[in-house]
Amino acid sequence: METITKLIEFTSEISILELSYIVASVLFILGLKKLSHPATARAGNLWSAAGMTAAIIFTILFHKKDGEPIGNIVWIVVALAIGSFIGWYASKKVKMTAMPQIVSIFNGMGGACAALISMMEFPKMQAALAIETAPHMLCGEAIAILLGLMIGSVSFAGSMIAFLKLDGRIGDIKNPVLRIINLTFLVVLLVALVLIMFLQPVEGNNWPIYVFACAALLYGVTFVMPIGGADMPVVISLLNSFTGVAAAMGGFLYNNQAMLTGGILVGSSGTILTILMCKAMNRSLVNVIIGAFGVSAAGGSEAADKTVKEISLSDAAVLLSYSQKIYIVPGYGLAVAQAQHLCHELDNLLSSKGVEVKYAIHPVAGRMPGHMNVLLAEADVPYEKLVEMEDANNEMANTDVAIVIGANDVVNPAAEEDPSSPIYGMPIIKVLDARNIIVMKRSMAAGYAAIPNNLFYHPKNRMLFGDAKVTLQKLVAEIKSL
Amino acid sequence: MEEILKFFMEYKDMIFIIILSIFLGIEVISHVPAVLHTPLMSGSNAIHGVVIIGAIIVMGHAEDTLPLILGFIAVILGTLNVVGGFVVTDRMLEMFRKKK
Repeated sequence: METITKLIEFTSEISILELSYIVASVLFILGLKKLSHPATARAGNLWSAAGMTAAIIFTILFHKKDGEPIGNIVWIVVALAIGSFIGWYASKKVKMTAMPQIVSIFNGMGGACAALISMMEFPKMQAALAIETAPHMLCGEAIAILLGLMIGSVSFAGSMIAFLKLDGRIGDIKNPVLRIINLTFLVVLLVALVLIMFLQPVEGNNWPIYVFACAALLYGVTFVMPIGGADMPVVISLLNSFTGVAAAMGGFLYNNQAMLTGGILVGSSGTILTILMCKAMNRSLVNVIIGAFGVSAAGGSEAADKTVKEISLSDAAVLLSYSQKIYIVPGYGLAVAQAQHLCHELDNLLSSKGVEVKYAIHPVAGRMPGHMNVLLAEADVPYEKLVEMEDANNEMANTDVAIVIGANDVVNPAAEEDPSSPIYGMPIIKVLDARNIIVMKRSMAAGYAAIPNNLFYHPKNRMLFGDAKVTLQKLVAEIKSL
Repeated sequence: MEEILKFFMEYKDMIFIIILSIFLGIEVISHVPAVLHTPLMSGSNAIHGVVIIGAIIVMGHAEDTLPLILGFIAVILGTLNVVGGFVVTDRMLEMFRKKK
């Protein structure tokens, strides 16, 4: 009688666990769906978080392996607490401009987690197979473990390199040889993966996967190294989908539906997102990975001996104050100088004088698509004032002044005029259509993608040199004193 | 050939889920506006933190010291991914909200 009740208890716990996984999966799907609409995005994020919390709690409470419940609960809770605290603290403290970096780091953590799981599961699987005296390790479990290890390691190492690049701590290594090395490396890794499965399982003989893990980490480094810093968002998105697949491998291994659906969902939506990002920059994914940017960036260098016209602060102040319609074209330089609040101040000041002020937002302004919207929203710029590129371009012809602040590549006319330019074909904000152009810039240096910009030499354009924040401060003061 | 068919039969449920999830993932986000690319990437970044469940399972059944330590680290890393991912996404989306 006692055993029967135990049996019922046992199965009902498992059912509750599986039920919670279904709920979690549904919440992930609904969360992602809501995340892709501006009005529901925040709720969507919370829905996914709720699904995740449920899955974690029910796993700790009800998961059983061969009838054994989860042990070491105290330590698990301690680890959860440490991770939560660091994660929460880091995300609250990080500056909005450093958003891409932190996303990259968190992505790397997930990849490392997946790789560690594989590292621990492999010895167990090998020992079990050795007892059965199996001749090789050709089974679904081994595939899941090895793929999880490989993808997780690549994602971890790659994310760390992406982080360092975004943070400006390391530069790009643009050597065509690296492409060939990378391709060979990938093939070697895949062959090694298959070869490991053909090994005869011997308990404790784990060196092959340690070597394999190191090689995968190294590949992660060489994979991201040659890709230009400007393409890091695309790379992070790609590595994000990699980590998703690595997580799904864990789901395959543990026959865990929450991990499986969650991981694959991120894997596939991440891939689509990566492609969408590439489209926004009019590049192909292959192009990004091979790293054509910068390599052939010689086009347009004849501009060196052209002259630029400067505008004085007082002239700029007068020009702006007596305009009817102004478009501000913000770029990453604005964010770096932390000048988004001053920008909003200028906007308020001019609006109070009856000037119509709007912001033209290029889809890839900033370091990530949509990054600029986040930064300006942080400075309380009303949502209606942020105009998407196409609409802004339509209105540009009856705009009196286009002020380009810290942006470069997204307004570079070479994208339309010069077929030899590496950004040829990328949609740009057509500031040349406006009656006057003021470019605020620190110096004449080329932009992030290291491509010369002929806009600066255009007769319509006048430069206002200096740090965006300082210049804006002076400009605001100047307009006030008019 | 027979091996492959056997493999397929053994894992057919999971293969089914994988294929359907792939289509679902594509379908769910295919109409996202560029403005939301960054939050969406960050949000889905948090979702793949579901890998933490695997870490909890490994750690929950670890007996020796080394697996215990590795499991401990794995749980911390997974939690970082989950909590950090969701909090950062929320912070980004909060900015969009505030402006009214």
